Amino acid sequence: MAEVLYVAQTVVIVLLIVVPLLLGVAYLTYAERKVIGAMQLRQGPMTVGPWGLLQPLADGLKLFLKETVVPSGANRGIFILAPMVTFILALIGWAVIPFGDGLVLADINVGVLYLFAISSLGVYGIIMAGWASNSRYAFLGALRSSAQMVSYEISIGLIIISVLLTAGSLNLSAIVRAQEGLWFVIPHFPMFMLFLASMLAETNRHPFDLPEDEASLVTGYNVEYSSMAFALFFLGEYANMILMAAICSILFLGGWLAPFGFVPFTWIPGPIWFILKICAVLFIFIWARATLPRYRYDQLMRLGWKVFLPLSLLWVVVTSGVLVAFDLLPR
Amino acid sequence: MSLELFVFYVLAGVAVGAAAMVISSRNPVHSVLFLILTFFNAAGLFVLIGAEFLGMVLVVVYVGAVAVLFMFVVMMLDINFVRMREGMLQYLPVGALVGLILLVELGLVFGTWALVEDVTPAFPAPAPDQVPNTRALGQLLYTDYIYLFQAAGVILLVAIIGAITLTLRERKGVLRQDIGRQVARDRAATVELRKVKVGSGIQ
Repeated sequence: MAEVLYVAQTVVIVLLIVVPLLLGVAYLTYAERKVIGAMQLRQGPMTVGPWGLLQPLADGLKLFLKETVVPSGANRGIFILAPMVTFILALIGWAVIPFGDGLVLADINVGVLYLFAISSLGVYGIIMAGWASNSRYAFLGALRSSAQMVSYEISIGLIIISVLLTAGSLNLSAIVRAQEGLWFVIPHFPMFMLFLASMLAETNRHPFDLPEDEASLVTGYNVEYSSMAFALFFLGEYANMILMAAICSILFLGGWLAPFGFVPFTWIPGPIWFILKICAVLFIFIWARATLPRYRYDQLMRLGWKVFLPLSLLWVVVTSGVLVAFDLLPR
Repeated sequence: MSLELFVFYVLAGVAVGAAAMVISSRNPVHSVLFLILTFFNAAGLFVLIGAEFLGMVLVVVYVGAVAVLFMFVVMMLDINFVRMREGMLQYLPVGALVGLILLVELGLVFGTWALVEDVTPAFPAPAPDQVPNTRALGQLLYTDYIYLFQAAGVILLVAIIGAITLTLRERKGVLRQDIGRQVARDRAATVELRKVKVGSGIQ
């Protein structure tokens, strides 16, 4: 009986996380179109509902009503499995994200490693889609994407190590608590900038969106997909963006902590602060898309391996050196 | 049946089933995908016995990196399935012999085992309820086994150098991009303004 209750309780918590997340994804697409519109002196979506507020729902409905096409040369099973993998991986990362003090589904000891593992799995959805589509464009997109994600994972891993050294724990709640008084964005500012760029590359967003390079690959790995399968890729990509923004705000921007520990700021509850920080990081995603041109592929690889990797490795050495020399290691 | 036992049987069952599919599926890409599923379930088993660090590292290293490269290679291969099956009967006796020897050896090893009634179960991690096993592993690895750890690092470094030396080749006529030089260019070095008289042209 106790087990049944436990499972039921977990299911309710999962729904409490997933449903607002999917709403967030829907309105992230709206926000993206509005922000880019504003940056390009346009209005963005305006026709469906007041200020176009119902546009995401209309888009969802449209995708839902379209016909699902499976190309005749495609490997059917994997073709259908790929969008599901992408979407599920984008959701299960949220299991360890602390929304407030103690507000977390699974407060596991190795939370950071779990997130790292999940984000490194994200490449499978893309590579499976690219291979199963049996199309040159999709396959090239998938190959580019996997090379890119594997490369930038390394620098993300090293950046995370610097943060872990300072926090002294792999538990996400403990990392946030270690930032009480001083957010890691201040001592680790160069790593914060590197993380922002790697984050864009890891989620295949502009200016590193080579896998879906419209000009040379049509849309890359998802070119053969239509209807809900395409929608799942789309939802997965945006849910991944939100997840990355959440990881960024936990590692560097103090998670649920208020910016200052005194009265007008502490009135606002932790989850609200957390969501505000996620929105701020998401704005950077959209801002980068509106302003930066796409990287050339060899330059992308050069940036990852020859610039980010040595810099983040150097920062790990510097961080551990400083921590040992000034006896600041967390116990 | 407790929840833990149920999860164990699900993970173990899927792991064994997927492992069987790795060797029996016809398409090599399917094999790799089943291999990944096997790794994943093995990681789940690690988490179940309280070795969460090992479980996560298994996923990060094997599933996230090694299997991706593996998949890369398998997808690029141009495999002719008909030709692959041709030699099947020819290699069957050798394969069966190897399998038989392995089975006999395993039988010899397990035949000498005796089950004792009240034996204390082995601990998967040093006192997992007091020390988080990430810390426990770190404390062992960087103190008692530091020389072995360093040796492993050096061996990997040698492997990297070996791979680079094998694939490095000098190529002539390749245009290289020097980002520093490109960025250091200024207007004076690249643009020259000239006044051209009508009808006179310019060299």
